[in-house]
Amino acid sequence: MTALVSIEGATFGYSGAAVLKDVTYAVEAGAFTGIVGPSGSGKTSLLRLLLGTAKPQRGSVSRAPGVAVSYVPQLETVNWSFPVTVAECVLMSRAARRALPWATRDEKADVAGVLDRLGIADLAGRHIRELSGGQQQRMFIARALLRRPQLLLLDEPTSGVDVGTRHEVLHLLDDLNRDGLAIVLTTHDLNGMAAHLPHLVALHQRIIAAGAPADVIVPEVLERTFGARMEVLMHLGMPVVVDGGQVGLLRGVAG
Amino acid sequence: MTWTAILDPFHYQFFVNGLVAAILAGALCGLIGVFITLRGMSYIGHGLSHAIFGGFAAAPLLGVPTILGAGLWGLASALAINGVTRSRRIGADAAIGVVTTSSFALGVALLTRFGNKGPTFDALLFGSINGVAAGDLWLLAGALLFAAAVFTLLYRPLLFSTFDPEVADVSGVRVAWMDALLMFVLSVAILATLSIVGVTLVAAALVIPAVTARMLSDSFARMLWISPAIGTACGAIGTYASWQLEIPSGTTIVLTNAAAFLVVLALSRGRTLGRTAGLDDHTDALSPDAAPVAVPVR
Repeated sequence: MTALVSIEGATFGYSGAAVLKDVTYAVEAGAFTGIVGPSGSGKTSLLRLLLGTAKPQRGSVSRAPGVAVSYVPQLETVNWSFPVTVAECVLMSRAARRALPWATRDEKADVAGVLDRLGIADLAGRHIRELSGGQQQRMFIARALLRRPQLLLLDEPTSGVDVGTRHEVLHLLDDLNRDGLAIVLTTHDLNGMAAHLPHLVALHQRIIAAGAPADVIVPEVLERTFGARMEVLMHLGMPVVVDGGQVGLLRGVAG
Repeated sequence: MTWTAILDPFHYQFFVNGLVAAILAGALCGLIGVFITLRGMSYIGHGLSHAIFGGFAAAPLLGVPTILGAGLWGLASALAINGVTRSRRIGADAAIGVVTTSSFALGVALLTRFGNKGPTFDALLFGSINGVAAGDLWLLAGALLFAAAVFTLLYRPLLFSTFDPEVADVSGVRVAWMDALLMFVLSVAILATLSIVGVTLVAAALVIPAVTARMLSDSFARMLWISPAIGTACGAIGTYASWQLEIPSGTTIVLTNAAAFLVVLALSRGRTLGRTAGLDDHTDALSPDAAPVAVPVR
């Protein structure tokens, strides 16, 4: 496997307080990884190191030559009243190549192509405020894909969305990964998102565990990661984290 | 009122100069205001005008040409404000308040103690169309052309860094440069318009046309035409009203802008007011302060 981005012994923090300590982690080509951890565990900082927008105080981050990385922000951080259409928003990712306002014929074709690939070609002229949660996520993924990245990073892609949108986003990312795109995302949704991914990293300043969901979503790892004891049941081969009070009830159902 | 009385001010060259200056200032403030409001920087525009006031007062005392001294003072203030805003080490609003009001207070102290050689104290505070010279008009026209050129030639990076600065940065846009450039354009615009609109009213001339344009359009590109058009029209009407009502021009220009806002609000029956939501600083997704809330399942 080829590492697209490698982090070696990285320590990183803000104002003297370390958020990440001695983290070693590599994103392989074709990876589909979820980073789980509580608030303040360093998930977003790890994304920043992978993106290259932050430098570790100790250790190193290296990116394979020619690897393009794109980023999809949290939907909740976006000003959805901003006066742009879907097509204009997607075209923004070409801002570093061409600064003038007018889109070239090739750019228009590229935008139309990526919107079509993500199933939102008919929304190109819509204002971004008029999109559903799933459509908003698709638009940002389209913007990220227009840069033709090898690695896509997403910050809490299912935060604040309903169950249907969560499924929609998960299936879309799975399709993109099958096409060869490496994906790393952060999530705090253990049951709805993390358990469905092929690979997880449990993070709390350090990497607590990494592997398949069945190896990471276990009470010992969760306690070290989240600082709270959690019960885990296996259901149809997938780990399910349950409320302590519901364990007896759900054991009966699962059994 | 007779036609003679209506057309009377146009017989005076100083009024015509003032009218042209107000039109240029309206277009300039309207154009820059689109970026200022969409970036949630309205308070910075307000603070910067106060900071530049200090430069206006200090420059003649230091033997430096007023425009050059106030310009350098304003640029230094703009870059300091930009640096504070980006560093997030202390609250941006608090830092801007301290820096700009101190500069304003210094300006008041200097003008009171030593007097001034340029525009009068009242003119600087509330604007005046008296004494607009050809040099002032050239400065305004140059500032407008400069702003229009910057916004055309760097349209996409400025748009991206306004909408989504973190992703723009990741996508190869030099966001820090865009921020600094915008602050430079803003400080030039405030410098050029200060004596027309006045320190205390520049922020309104920057903000109201853009907010009104936002209510009229859902398109960023169209806002860049509508906002200067509103600023231009209000500049002309406000200047004329200033003459007829014998009220400082900055006051009448801002009141005309406010009237335009109210007319649009009334005609749209408030339906488009919601578009102006989000015209404040939005969360920086990758900032340490904005870490997502993750609640472990217990």
